[in-house]
Amino acid sequence: MTLVLSQLFTGISIGAVLLLIALGLSLTFGQMNVINMAHGELIAAGAYTVYVLQKVISGAGVSLLIALPVAFVIAGLMGVLIEVLLIRRLYARPLDTLLVTWGVSLILQQVFRDVFGAPNVQTKAPSLLTGSIHVTDDLVISSSRVFILVLALAAVVALTVGLRTTPLGRRIRAVVQNRDLAAVSGLATGRVDRLTFFIGSGLAGIAGVALTLIGPIGPTMGTNIIVNAFLVVVVGGIGQLKGTVIVAFTLGIVQSMVEYTTTVSVASVIVFVVIVAFLQWRPQGLFTLRTRSLA
Amino acid sequence: MTMIQDAPITSNSSAAKAPRRFQALIGFGLAAVVLFGVAPVVLGDFRLSLLAKYLCMAIVAVGIGLAWGRGGMLTLGQGVFFGLGGYAMAMHLKLADAEPGQLPDFMQLYGQLDALPWWWKPFANPAFALAATVLLPMLVALLLGLLIFRRRVRGAYFAILSQALCAALAIFLIGQQGTTGGTNGLTDIQGFFGYDLNDPLNRRTVYFVVAAALLAVLGVAWQLMRSRYGELLVAVRDGEERVRFLGYDPANVKLVAYVVAAGMAGLAGALFVPAVGIISPALIGVVPSIEFVIGVAVGGRASLVGPALGAIAVAWARTALSERLPSAWTYFEGLLFILPVVFLPGGLASLAGFLRRRRAPEEVPA
Repeated sequence: MTLVLSQLFTGISIGAVLLLIALGLSLTFGQMNVINMAHGELIAAGAYTVYVLQKVISGAGVSLLIALPVAFVIAGLMGVLIEVLLIRRLYARPLDTLLVTWGVSLILQQVFRDVFGAPNVQTKAPSLLTGSIHVTDDLVISSSRVFILVLALAAVVALTVGLRTTPLGRRIRAVVQNRDLAAVSGLATGRVDRLTFFIGSGLAGIAGVALTLIGPIGPTMGTNIIVNAFLVVVVGGIGQLKGTVIVAFTLGIVQSMVEYTTTVSVASVIVFVVIVAFLQWRPQGLFTLRTRSLA
Repeated sequence: MTMIQDAPITSNSSAAKAPRRFQALIGFGLAAVVLFGVAPVVLGDFRLSLLAKYLCMAIVAVGIGLAWGRGGMLTLGQGVFFGLGGYAMAMHLKLADAEPGQLPDFMQLYGQLDALPWWWKPFANPAFALAATVLLPMLVALLLGLLIFRRRVRGAYFAILSQALCAALAIFLIGQQGTTGGTNGLTDIQGFFGYDLNDPLNRRTVYFVVAAALLAVLGVAWQLMRSRYGELLVAVRDGEERVRFLGYDPANVKLVAYVVAAGMAGLAGALFVPAVGIISPALIGVVPSIEFVIGVAVGGRASLVGPALGAIAVAWARTALSERLPSAWTYFEGLLFILPVVFLPGGLASLAGFLRRRRAPEEVPA
C-alpha cells in the first residue's frame, strides 16, 4: 500500500512539472494554433535566471522567491519577441511555425552554451526545500516536490481566475473561441496575442525556476522534458484548462506506475500506445470547444 | 485505389505532359551522369563515402517532400522509419559478421544472453532482412496512419504525435541494451553480404548502390506526383474538406503518401548502415528526425528534386562547418530553420520556377 502511495505521489509530482510546462503551451497553442518549439528554451531561461540571481544574492530562499517574478518577465519578454518577430508573420502557415521556432530553440541553446558553458550548472536549494516530509514511517516525500505541486496548482488557480474574471481573460477567451468574430467586434487581436504569449511564455520561466529544485540546469534541459508536455496539450484539448490539468496528472501517474511495473524504456512505448488509443476515442483531445467548424 | 479512376482530368492534358516528360528524362539523365560518371572520378574514397551518406539523407528527404510538401503532413518522426530500416539491415549484417553458432559481438560483451532472442532469428535470412528494411517501416506507418488519419488527427497534432513516437522509440532502444546495443547502437559492421566493407573498392560499390537507390526513389516520387493520385494528394493538402465532399476519403490519400515516405526512409536507413557502418538511437531520435526536414524546407518542399538537393547541401554544410566551427554551425542551422521558411517558403526550387515564369508566362505548379 505504501508502495502504491509513494508511486502515486511520484506520478503526481511528474504531473505537476508537466502541468507547469503544459499550461503555458496550451495557452499559446490555443491562442494561435501554434506549437512553440522554443518553449523548452524559455524554461531553460527561467532556470538560468535562478543561477544568475544566486551569484548576486547569496540567500537561496530569497533568490528563489525573487527569481519567480523575474523569470516570469524574462521568459515572457522572450516569448513576445518570438511572437512579434516570427510567429505573427506566419499566421497563415501554422505548421511552418513549428520549424521556425525549432530554429529559434537551436539558437537559444547555443546562446546558453556560449554564455553559461556547455556543462550543467548547479544552484543551491533553500534549506526549507532540501528535506523531506515523513507522512508515515515508510512514506517519505521530498519537500521540493511538494513545493512544485503547490506552485503548479497556484498557477492553475491564478490562470483560471484570470481568464474568468479579468477583462484580459475575457478577450483571450474570445479570440480563442472565434478570432474573426472577436476582431469584428473591435478587439485588437494582435495585442491580445502578444499578451497571451507573454503570459504563456512567462509560465515557462516559472517552470524553469521550479526545475532547478529537482534537476541539473543545462542548455538542452528543455528539449528533454518538452515532448511529453506537447502530448499533454494534444491529449488535453485546447481552449480549456481542465483538460490540461487532468491529462498532466493522469499522464504523470500512468508513467510512474508503468515505469514501476516494467522499465523506463518500455513505459515510453506503452504511454505512446495509450495516447494513440485515447485519440481513437477523442481525436480532438479530452475537452474541446464546441464550434461549428468542420475540423 | 479504385476511387482514383473517376478523378477528373485537370490542367495536365496529354499534350502538355509530353514535353514535361521529355524534360524529366533529360533531368534523370543528367543526375545519373553526375552521380555515376562525375562524382566517382572527381571525389576520393573518403569524400565519396561521405557523399553516400548525404545521398541516404536525400532519399529520406524525397519521402518527406512527398508527405509534407505534397500532402501537407509535417512528419517530425521519419527517424522512426529510418531507424527500423537501419536496425533491420544492421541486425542481419551483425549476424552475418558473427562466427557460425556465435552471438553477435556486443551480445557476448554484455553477456546476459545464452541464445539469440527469437525476434533476431528471422533476420539471419538475407531475403527476409532485405524485405523487412522497407516493409517493416511501411507496415508501422500503415498501422499508425490508419489510426491517426481516420480519426482526422492532423496539423500540429499529427506533427507532435510523430515526434512523440520518435522519442519513445529512441528511449526504448536505449533501454534494451542487451538486445539492441543500447546507446551505442549496432556498430563496427564489417561485411555487406559477403563483401568486406574495409576494402575501398567495396565501399565505392556501396556508393553506387546508394546512388541507384536515390534515382529509383526519385522515379517513384515523380510517377506518384504526376499521376492523378498526385493531384488528389495536393488537393487534400489544400482543402481536405472539399475533397471529402467530392466523395473521396482523404485519410486513404494521405495514408498512401505517408506509407511510401516511410518505405523511402526505411530504405535510406538500410543503406546508411553499410555506407557509414553504424546505426544508433542518436541517429534516429527527435533531433535528427527534425533535421531531416530542414533540407526539404531549404530545397523546396513541394518540388521533386528540391528536397534531395537541399538535404545533400545541408548535410554537406554540416560536415564542412561543424568540424571547424561547431558553435557557428548551430547558429547557422538555427537560421536555416528560420530564414528559408519565413522568407522563401517554396525553397530554392521556387527560384527556378520564378526564372522559368519570367521566360514563359505559363502556370508552374507550386
